[in-house]
Amino acid sequence: MKRLKHIVRPMAVATIAAAAITAVASPSVAAENGKFRLGVVTFLSGGAAGPFGVPSINGAKLLINALNEGKVPGPYGQKGINGLEIETVVIDENGGATKQVEEFRNLAERHKVDAVVGYISSGDCLAISPVAEELKVPTVMFDCGTSRLFEENKTPRYVFRTGLDAAIDNIGAARYVVDTNRKTSAVASIQQNYAWGQDSWADFRAALTQLKPETKIATEQFPKLFQGQYGAEISAIAVSKPDVIHTSFWGGDMEAFVLQGAARGLFDKSAAILTCGESALDRLKGQAPNGLILGARGPFGAFAPKNELSEWFHKSYVAQVEMAPSYPAYKMAQAILGLKAAAEKAAAGKTGIVPEKEKVLDAFTNLTFESVSGTVAMSRANGHQALQGISYGEYRYDAKTKQASLANVKSYAGDCVTPPDGTTAAEWIKAGFPGAKCGN
Amino acid sequence: MTYIDRTGLWLIATAAILVAGAFVLPHWLTFILTLALAKALVVQGVVVQMRAGLVSFGQGLFFCVGGYAIGLGGNLLGIHDAFALLALGLVASVGLAAVIGLLMTRYRDIFFAMLSLALSMILFGVLVKSQTLGSTDGFNVHGVSYLGVTFDGANQKIAVYILTVVVSCACALFLYRSQHAGIGRVCEAIRENEIRVEYLGLSPRWILYAQYLVAAAVSALGGGLTALATGHIDPEMAFWTTSGEFVFIALLGGTMHVAAPFVAAVLFAFVRTYAIEFTPHTWQMILGLVLLGIIIFLPKGLWSLVSRNRRVKA
Repeated sequence: MKRLKHIVRPMAVATIAAAAITAVASPSVAAENGKFRLGVVTFLSGGAAGPFGVPSINGAKLLINALNEGKVPGPYGQKGINGLEIETVVIDENGGATKQVEEFRNLAERHKVDAVVGYISSGDCLAISPVAEELKVPTVMFDCGTSRLFEENKTPRYVFRTGLDAAIDNIGAARYVVDTNRKTSAVASIQQNYAWGQDSWADFRAALTQLKPETKIATEQFPKLFQGQYGAEISAIAVSKPDVIHTSFWGGDMEAFVLQGAARGLFDKSAAILTCGESALDRLKGQAPNGLILGARGPFGAFAPKNELSEWFHKSYVAQVEMAPSYPAYKMAQAILGLKAAAEKAAAGKTGIVPEKEKVLDAFTNLTFESVSGTVAMSRANGHQALQGISYGEYRYDAKTKQASLANVKSYAGDCVTPPDGTTAAEWIKAGFPGAKCGN
Repeated sequence: MTYIDRTGLWLIATAAILVAGAFVLPHWLTFILTLALAKALVVQGVVVQMRAGLVSFGQGLFFCVGGYAIGLGGNLLGIHDAFALLALGLVASVGLAAVIGLLMTRYRDIFFAMLSLALSMILFGVLVKSQTLGSTDGFNVHGVSYLGVTFDGANQKIAVYILTVVVSCACALFLYRSQHAGIGRVCEAIRENEIRVEYLGLSPRWILYAQYLVAAAVSALGGGLTALATGHIDPEMAFWTTSGEFVFIALLGGTMHVAAPFVAAVLFAFVRTYAIEFTPHTWQMILGLVLLGIIIFLPKGLWSLVSRNRRVKA
């Protein structure tokens, strides 16, 4: 043992010294290696990894490999981004906003990335947004839903968001409930007790009350995040005899609630609307009752329109991952395609170079591009926020083919559910959706 | 402080080198150092109590109070000076510690650990339910000035870095002196045999109370500096995993020397950032293995590498 210590000590000192030297020496590995260096940040561990992080990183890898091989159909036939191979630096989003700020700085200054795509957590988006502006790194938020992103960053330059604001999910959900003529004299709510759940419910409640003033709230349940067991909450909801149950549950919590609620017959007499439900479409395997209303936070996943690009994406994803892609995979692909479209527009035909950053930003602002979810227009928040519609539909499971599908799908155009610039979602709902174009 | 001995000079010299580094080192490196040193201040709080035999699994409480004082001081009270904000966090944190310390110092061992954890989780719960404070998303800190001077972009980060180094150095000197003064020695005696200390005519409870306040003060400074550096605060600062990380770093460094938490925090930051870079899917495992290795081979922490060398020479 004594001899072992003699070896261990110098070894430990040497390792630490070596680590310190590599740490300081490594920034010399700069970009400009003839590749487009892209930072990809998403949850690889923790509770959000399973439902969101892993599908999104699968989508990113699939798309980036295909782009590098020049195999993507539609307008994206050019290799990589503007003819340059895409090189990725993948970072785990787990661990809190402080760590993400640190890692974002590392991406920008140590790895010298040309752009960053990522961020699922709203807290991370809010923390990263000022840092991206400060460090002048083009940053595409692909999933986070907080309305505060562009309320706090009023004049964005480097920050873009190709995913939709969570307020849209809930305005769309309220419209779906009203348009399918459900009674709303008793509405029950169950949300995870954190910013996402609180904000989602506030928006849905306001929107539904605005559309149907006779709406009455029967019960509001706020179990804690990742609680997993909802016996008490299900009892409370069942006792309140609701016409409609609204939930913004996601991931394991959402699936647990559906299974436990179905076993208790909660969904037999009440319509339940799950704004993030689509991510479990292929996982429920008939354990959920037909008629459950599912959303995908936009025209993603099973709601994606059928076109060459979306069909190619779906087919390649199933071939590689052996599961249908859920909405986080689509949203990640959308962010990368948006960046590619902007970079190639900025390059204006000069392939094989990293286009000038300022030109990419100009090109991305107000850009209209083709995506796996149809055509996307960056037309909100001074051209930095994507405007897209939202769809809801009812879960249908065919026991014979063992395939789940969606019925009674209703889609709402972006202009119908999105507040105009300069108005917060809460103000817009309160004012009665002025200027909403719903096509009917 | 009557004189500064060799260790004191070492601390000041290291701080001077780090300050000079602000103009040489790449920004990402100084940023990692800023966060690591700020975190080390909280670890100092844990170590101060560890030397007296108490393990705090809730030091995140004061870390969070220090951080939120920066954000709320700016948003609600309109204070934008970094020094005033840090002082505000310090006062708030020590004030809180003065009250709950009365309860905490009655407990020892696992009871102290669990109670400290519970109190920090209460703060976490309250913040999560406060929608006006952004719930779990937290909020950003804007427009901080330094004695009337506002910096932009990179310069602001350099200012925070230098401030962090200076505050860390001051805290280190203070803690070093107090460790070698009577009160510091008595803490070790309390850890070894509390009843005997009472027979000597001292009150372990009030000595632990004093240590609890000191720990709260340095932790609040750490939280405040973290908030200034990242520009964002959220309730995660009071979550138990954050407090666990401080204990992790305290074990990594050991309690033998005032410099150990700083060295350990910097090492931890580098191990983590490179683990995330090279093994994005399994970086937690790397951290776990490092801790396991330290516990097995260096049960008294990293600092035993240094102190053993010294003893051989002497």
